[in-house]
Amino acid sequence: VYEQIKGLKELPTDEPLSPGHRLCPGCGASVVVRQVLLAAPKDTIVANATGCLEVSTALYPYSAWNRPWIHSAFENAAAVASGVESALKALERRGEAKQHPIIVFGGDGGTYDIGFQALSGAMERGHKFLYVCYDNEAYMNTGIQRSGGTPMGAWTTTTQVGSARGGKPEAKKDLISIVVAHRVPYAATASISHWRDLMTKVRKALSKDGPTFLHVMAPCTRGWRFDSAKTVRMSRLAVETRFFPLYEVEDGIYKLTFPVPSPKPVEEYLKLQGRYSHLFLPQNASELDTIKKGVTDNYRRLERLSQITGQLYAPEVQQPAPRSA
Amino acid sequence: MTLAQTVRVAALQGDEAVAEAVRQCDVDVVAAYPITPQTIIVEKLAEFVADGRFAGEFVPVESEHSALSACVGASATGARVFTATSSQGLAYMHEMLYNASGMRLPIVMAVANRALSAPLVLNADHSDMMGSRDCGWIQVYAENVEEIYDRTIQMFKLSEDPRVMLPSALNFEGFILSHDKERVRLLEEAPIRNFLGRPRPKYRLDPDAPMTFGAIATPDSYYEFRMQQAEAMKATLGVFEEVERDFEKFSGRRYGAVDAYNTDRADRLMVINGSAGGTMRAAARALNAAGENVGVLAIKLYRPFPVDEVLSHLSRCKTVITMDRSISLGAQSGPISEDIKSALLGAGENKPVMSVTYGIGGRDLLIDDGKKIFGMAKDGLQDGAGNMMYGVKG
Repeated sequence: VYEQIKGLKELPTDEPLSPGHRLCPGCGASVVVRQVLLAAPKDTIVANATGCLEVSTALYPYSAWNRPWIHSAFENAAAVASGVESALKALERRGEAKQHPIIVFGGDGGTYDIGFQALSGAMERGHKFLYVCYDNEAYMNTGIQRSGGTPMGAWTTTTQVGSARGGKPEAKKDLISIVVAHRVPYAATASISHWRDLMTKVRKALSKDGPTFLHVMAPCTRGWRFDSAKTVRMSRLAVETRFFPLYEVEDGIYKLTFPVPSPKPVEEYLKLQGRYSHLFLPQNASELDTIKKGVTDNYRRLERLSQITGQLYAPEVQQPAPRSA
Repeated sequence: MTLAQTVRVAALQGDEAVAEAVRQCDVDVVAAYPITPQTIIVEKLAEFVADGRFAGEFVPVESEHSALSACVGASATGARVFTATSSQGLAYMHEMLYNASGMRLPIVMAVANRALSAPLVLNADHSDMMGSRDCGWIQVYAENVEEIYDRTIQMFKLSEDPRVMLPSALNFEGFILSHDKERVRLLEEAPIRNFLGRPRPKYRLDPDAPMTFGAIATPDSYYEFRMQQAEAMKATLGVFEEVERDFEKFSGRRYGAVDAYNTDRADRLMVINGSAGGTMRAAARALNAAGENVGVLAIKLYRPFPVDEVLSHLSRCKTVITMDRSISLGAQSGPISEDIKSALLGAGENKPVMSVTYGIGGRDLLIDDGKKIFGMAKDGLQDGAGNMMYGVKG
């Protein structure tokens, strides 16, 4: 059971992440955190992987966090959350603590790559927490290096653009599919441009008994090379071009939560970002086509998955009783 | 209270003794991963869970790194927390060892010491823990199974003390102690729990009083965090003594930070840690019965290093023999030897030190070996005896 959010006025006025933190102007991550935590109960405990968010919000002796917050390493946020959850269970039995919602924040590096084993283990063990991957599509904290979440063709400082090579040759890892393979009760993508959808998904996730996962796009003005005033617009374009479709997987059933029947051209999204500028050179036309085809194929895949899993996992339709002769 | 009423005698392996103590200590969260020769601890605890004899949460994590990470999360939440590992597992935890101590989390860990790969070997030496020697954990080396059992209980009390708030590693050699079945006088649960009380950390992850755990520091503050840990290590020496005294009150058992045999008379004094301490005492007794005069100082508490107490036992002898069950490759001698030489120098004592490396990768050290080593130092030190790899095949 969870409450849908209808309007801005319903949101709590309590600020989970104080102003004055050191994230860049136009950083998507801080918007992700605020939207997620404003949708979550006030007694939420937060675990954080090392990354931009962590280093910019908890610089001793200051902290931007108005929630109990723990960070210890890059690759272990899900394992730390496992420990918090287990401790609360044990302490609750003694009457020394109560259960609280647990939300983990990890970047794409801490989730797709170095923290993946810990995440997989924690999901398999079934610890109850919501893991939020704020995906800025590269190791931004160390200065824009490619990760498993970096999209094909994107420039990073470890997938440079030169005369022999141009951008990341490999495709972005399909994270939600891997998460879904753990048979978690809920996994979804979300975008800060569609805040009501995002917050509803947070509430839905927290209502489930078990590990849940939210993959949120977090545009990075420094790494993607765009005007820092356009963060939300960037997120919106990613959705409207079908580059980053909004969908959820609830108990195995896929559903597009914001269908895009007539998408804008992918170029509209890519052109605003310096990291893709080389794709628009004549010699890279085929690479641009490959990326566009990938976007189309992925959306079609999700549409088909929605149909198939809807039939496969939906509660059995009551068969009409056979008529007597 | 008479002590006899509080004990029950059992034959237990070292690993089993740890698991039994953890159960009795009312631990809230155990997060652990199997690795030989520690695995029996995990299995035994899982057996307690299955039988409904363990009230805490058992988290069967997917790696040692996650084991200690889960312990960090659980400890920061205010729970009493335990893990166990060995060798490669401890190496895999290395990063988190510093996190646990830097965040001042009183986690207790059993380390069934095993040599490190490559080549892979399952048997004991101390190079796993010595490789993480400077990680800010209290380090104790047990000598027999009953001591393993007692120390497990003591470590919770010591780590959780507000003056300490440091994690502890209880070391005992793999197979030699982890799998050795010995007589253990088990204690009743009630006095153990009374001795320990419940953990009462000053800070924990609590929505009623939100705290930030694991902040980032700058050169302006990092050094001071480390200084506070160093001071807590110093304070640990005194608290260790208190814990031993309070433990003795209900158990009748006390070990000390060091175990001294004949140190006030010996002309040759051997400094050692771990299970070989007992073996070397047997060798020393045999030699002394034959008219020689040797002694053994077994170091139980290795970090913090009880330097004053160690020095008080080193003053009488003419020659010191240090025994290291780990190799610091490229160094002049092993870590214990370096500690002893540094202590002697600091006290202005100039006496010959024979540094012996032994037992690497599980090679046995028997009573006869002890006699031989004492014999080598009999007529003063010969050339080349300054740093000897004892028992290595020619």
